[in-house]
Amino acid sequence: MAEYKNILTVSGLKAYYKLDHFGITREVRAVDDITLSIRENEIYGIAGESSSGKTTLIKVLAAAIRPPLRIVEGSMTYRFGDKVIDPYKAGKDEVDAIRWKNLSYVMQGSMSVLNPVRRIRKSFEDFAFRPMGLPTREFWGRVETHLKRLNLSPDTLNSYPHELSGGMRQRMTIALATVCQPQFIIADEPTTALDVVVQKDVLVMLRDVQKQMGSSVVFVTHDMSVHANMADRIGIMYAGRLVEEGPTRTLFTAPKHPYTAHLVASLPRIGDRSPKAALEGRPPNLSDPPPGCRFHPRCPLAIDKCKVSVPPLEIVGESHRSACWRSDDVRPLTRFEGVREETL
Amino acid sequence: MFAVIRDLARYNVEFAAGTLLVGIIVIFALASFFAPAPPHLIYVVPPDMPPSTTYWFGTNSRGQDLFWQLSFAFRNTLSFGLMVAVISRIISITVGLLAGYVGGWMDRVLMFFNDIFVSLPVFPILILFYFVLRSNLDMFTLALIMGCLGWPFDARLIRSVALGLRHREFTRHAVFSGMSARKIMFEEHLPYVMPIVFATAIANMIWSIGLEVTLAVLGFTNINVPTVGTTLYWANNHSAMVVGVWWWILIPVVLIVILFIGLFLLTVALNEYIDPRSRLRRIGGA
Amino acid sequence: MTLLNVDKVGKRFPMGGILSRRHVDAVVDVSFALEAGRPEILTIIGESGSGKTTLARMILGLETPTEGAIVFDGQSVADIRSRAARLDFMRRVQPVFQNPFEAFNPLKQVDRYLEATARTLLGLKDRTAIDAAMDDALQKVGLSLREIKGRFAHELSGGQLQRVAIARALIPNPSLLIADEPVSMVDASLRMSIVNLLRDLRTNLNVTVIYITHDLATAYYFSDRIIIMQKGHVVEQGPARVILDTPEHPYSQLLKASVLAIDNPGRGELELADRSVAELAWSQTGQGRLVERADGRSVRVAGSG
Repeated sequence: MAEYKNILTVSGLKAYYKLDHFGITREVRAVDDITLSIRENEIYGIAGESSSGKTTLIKVLAAAIRPPLRIVEGSMTYRFGDKVIDPYKAGKDEVDAIRWKNLSYVMQGSMSVLNPVRRIRKSFEDFAFRPMGLPTREFWGRVETHLKRLNLSPDTLNSYPHELSGGMRQRMTIALATVCQPQFIIADEPTTALDVVVQKDVLVMLRDVQKQMGSSVVFVTHDMSVHANMADRIGIMYAGRLVEEGPTRTLFTAPKHPYTAHLVASLPRIGDRSPKAALEGRPPNLSDPPPGCRFHPRCPLAIDKCKVSVPPLEIVGESHRSACWRSDDVRPLTRFEGVREETL
Repeated sequence: MFAVIRDLARYNVEFAAGTLLVGIIVIFALASFFAPAPPHLIYVVPPDMPPSTTYWFGTNSRGQDLFWQLSFAFRNTLSFGLMVAVISRIISITVGLLAGYVGGWMDRVLMFFNDIFVSLPVFPILILFYFVLRSNLDMFTLALIMGCLGWPFDARLIRSVALGLRHREFTRHAVFSGMSARKIMFEEHLPYVMPIVFATAIANMIWSIGLEVTLAVLGFTNINVPTVGTTLYWANNHSAMVVGVWWWILIPVVLIVILFIGLFLLTVALNEYIDPRSRLRRIGGA
Repeated sequence: MTLLNVDKVGKRFPMGGILSRRHVDAVVDVSFALEAGRPEILTIIGESGSGKTTLARMILGLETPTEGAIVFDGQSVADIRSRAARLDFMRRVQPVFQNPFEAFNPLKQVDRYLEATARTLLGLKDRTAIDAAMDDALQKVGLSLREIKGRFAHELSGGQLQRVAIARALIPNPSLLIADEPVSMVDASLRMSIVNLLRDLRTNLNVTVIYITHDLATAYYFSDRIIIMQKGHVVEQGPARVILDTPEHPYSQLLKASVLAIDNPGRGELELADRSVAELAWSQTGQGRLVERADGRSVRVAGSG
């Protein structure tokens, strides 16, 4: 098995929301016992639907949790070069020091980063000037070089956010998030609100900037077709747990979890009018998840064992883990005609 | 509703304290139903007696037991405040929801009148009414007049909420379900403005009671009806402070301050309850 | 017999203040017709700003066209004013909304919308008849009144809510459903259930569906005809498969090229779509005319019409 250098190691991480509203206490296990590692220079896709806990997971990874969300158990370690840091054990100063410089964040709504009443130039100054620690002239030189490398005109810096199209704004936020050359970038549904054509432009840009800088990107979206084109590896989340993880191609062509198999099979494709089955049931409520495997009420392969005991995330192949008691019985539901075995 | 009140009382200190203070005054006001003598009789007890075990709040210079006199006064003042609040709520809800939901010319017309009412100087108008109506100006008429003057700010607040609701998808869904405008306004939108209605109702009571006290102290109301204001008017008339009957002024002032603090605390507690996000979370949504 | 005739419809919105008289043409010269008794799924595709939602709102009578006319079953939609006429219109045309979580008042039970529809649009008074109508509609979408009665929106999943919304729209037995991005807010694992449901409505219940989306893949999956819109203009319209298999207009080609292929997962070559061809075509043919092709499609080409 190949040896990879990990930039982030998460083990046994549990993060719960404790909600207390006028006496009614509810515990929402949004991230429940997650163990994963992100390698250097890869795009790691996290897929999951609403209430899968993916949004909470990236909040935890970004060290941006606030009450009522709390880390209950587990550890999380970043390794930036020689610097090893667990943001939840380190002091506030240390965490602030890695923000933006080593660890940055591309959000869903570009407007939440770009201040709507100030020119974009100001946003760059606010976010990036201090972490870069360069003299003013060198700083702007670096910013302009960076923008040119991303095929963006430095003139755009003088615009206000509302003067730009949605796609251009999102590209500027990516430029802003990457200007300090961070080793780790968290991208939270960066293209969800965008139109198809613009979405592709933004994805291409994000992928190119990752290749150029060799950073690691955690890319979160519910859209499996985006993952198919972006991710090197994908982690599938369901009801707060990681249910399957593996190289993109493996997950699409030979999934070992029935949920993954279904997600892939339900993707409509141009040129394909064969009926696609939908998964019955609904995603579970995280404050009251079903016992055993959380997917069992919707699972076509469920057996009695699944109702009582939780399947562990076990290695089922090279870099491939799955949490299913019947992972050997999972068959891909879709044929990929473009798949030629010799290229595998 | 009951569960909400119980939870609020248990987990919100402001609400508990506010309820306690307002409750004390309400019970005190209700005691007037058991009064030994009607409030308009004078010289039923020895005048100018300081507070004692016989006369808890003392007696005034007109030979009335202040305990019972103030009990009547608070009953009248509270029911006056409630009347004004109810009347002005009815107007502000109707105007606010209509302007917000129907929009267009309806919004412009209603908000035109709204702005006129905002700019009206309330106090001189009330004095004018007093001079025109004189002894015909009873409690209810005064409440009606103040109710008709006390709605515009709250109507604007309700309108702004209704404006937001109009563009929500569920409103369009309701339209295509064949619901009438009245049904959409009063069944779909009203629950959203109800918390605002409650909170502003309390603020409105504080406003109207305060204004009534001011008017009464100056003698611009029917002084034969015992209210907190007229009690102070009579005390002033008999130079209570000068002749040393301090309890005639101090006790009503302390009681009205207790009432205002209680009402204020309730507003604070309700404001917290209003926040729609916390409300949704409470019913298990969001 | 024509069910819906959209004839040279345009919508121009005034922009800016009183002094600067500027206009935005949201929809320009759109024409199509739906035949009664021949249910189909007509997909309107475009990016945001293409005018597809404005077009849908005009068909629903929520906006008045500034040009042309929309005639539904012999009646001009813009002339429907009285409440009786509106209710009559809503018996035959119903919308399905984009966000199922927003389509229901979070403070009210979801069945009240079904009940109101049964009461006002079907004119039912009797409790058992109302319940029967509700249950009947819910059965059509694979639910039952027992599951739904007294539930709040937050107790149901996005997929279930969207089904309830569709069931509600079906209560008056409409001949036309207008679904504006009905699956974009529904979870991935539930999305196909809604898409399949809409397809079954056409096939089994003879409901014509106007499906508005920017997702070409689902459009290919179940639509009969498509209309592709760019900046308020129709650039290509006709049989869905023909157009999506071999798009002719550069903008249609651009849209198709932008669809993220999953045929080669993990190896996909993500290449920048070339917008310039579509922009060039726009500058040349933007005001051009639609010409018919032998395979049934119309394409916008340069020249004055």
